[in-house]
Amino acid sequence: MKLVIIDYGAGNIQSIKFAFQRLGVEALLSNDSEQIKNADKVIFPGVGEASSAMTKLWESGLHDVIADLKQPVLGICLGMQLMCDSSEEGATKGLGIFNTDVVRFNSDVKVPQIGWNKIENLRGDLFQGLENDYIYLVHSFYAPKTIESIATSTYGLEYSAALQKDNFYGVQFHPEKSGTYGAKILSNFLAL
Amino acid sequence: MLTKRIIPCLDIKDGRTVKGVNFVDLRDAGDPVELAQRYAVEGADELVFLDISATEQKRKTLADLVYNVAEKLNIPFTVGGGISSVEDVDILLQNGADKVSINSSAVKRPELINELVAKFGSQCIVVAIDAKHVDGQWKVHLVGGKVATEIDLFEWAKEAEQRGAGEILFTSMDNDGTKNGFAYEALAKLSALVNIPIIASGGAGNVHHFTETFKIGKADAALAASVFHFKEIEIKGLKEELKSEGIPVRL
Repeated sequence: MKLVIIDYGAGNIQSIKFAFQRLGVEALLSNDSEQIKNADKVIFPGVGEASSAMTKLWESGLHDVIADLKQPVLGICLGMQLMCDSSEEGATKGLGIFNTDVVRFNSDVKVPQIGWNKIENLRGDLFQGLENDYIYLVHSFYAPKTIESIATSTYGLEYSAALQKDNFYGVQFHPEKSGTYGAKILSNFLAL
Repeated sequence: MLTKRIIPCLDIKDGRTVKGVNFVDLRDAGDPVELAQRYAVEGADELVFLDISATEQKRKTLADLVYNVAEKLNIPFTVGGGISSVEDVDILLQNGADKVSINSSAVKRPELINELVAKFGSQCIVVAIDAKHVDGQWKVHLVGGKVATEIDLFEWAKEAEQRGAGEILFTSMDNDGTKNGFAYEALAKLSALVNIPIIASGGAGNVHHFTETFKIGKADAALAASVFHFKEIEIKGLKEELKSEGIPVRL
């Protein structure tokens, strides 16, 4: 199993590497387009600000590489948001994989949402064998619920906790920080 | 529904866990990595590591500790104590910390909050505030509570939010170590004032105190140290009690 975590300078990738290590898989951190294309599975991480992360992707040419991948790809947190059409954060275009626009939470809830919330309406292979449970989130922006949603959560309103289109998967939460439940989701991704 | 978080705090000195009473009189409470794992299994929602050592090797020792914790821990953790630059934060996040908390350095140079937020995002920047009730006003204190300032707790919390802080960790020095309960009124006022999560700290002595800090104090999370380290309160039992009181928790 060749697992590559895309290392484009946006975020804490050490935790994701460790989470796979706990599952017995040694991930390669890379920004090399050939290594990414040749991987069996690809993780697209990210924390921080959307427009500056997109700028890093454009500068490195990785935006096209990611959008053209044919193997299973998992975007995590900001990674998932960047896979959408656009983000309100820094008014940036995204990779256009998921057909939705990322927007900011209203101030009728505390922003960012930080902590453990329940995911529901689970469907698809990523949640194989899993019931609704708590996952860890830290975010100020969200993807609205769409036909591409494979899990939802509620914070003031119902939003996409996970999205899927073809070989592309995205999760708003941090599976690497969501205890044994999150580990099971990562393990399901490895089994795709 | 977003749940209320229970956060054990591990005070770290030279790589070991300690807990002071009213910020002094340190007692050894064990290996941080082992404790961290134990808390994750028992149902802690998050952990905070506050480094109170002041050695020259501090930065390296702390980075190593963060790496070792991140390798083993499958829940989020925050690191604080003596962090004063973008470079400090970069090292800790690179080694696997999820969030950092800044305290005195932010009071001395508030622009630090903006700089960190611009580089790393609001979501990983916690502003910790130690405050004490002096002549009817909550005054911010620095350097682990040793140095008094004229800064008002609420004004400073509001400014921290405006500069982009993702969370406020408020420790009442009057309550810390007393085990007589959290500073509920100040917490409720803080929570109404800012629109970012508030972590309550200082004064946890029994299960009822946690109920009150969520119900009266309107806190989003509650932090405690010794009651967990010395097993006076068991996390699972605490959460079951909170749930029976109608407070949303992850069980």
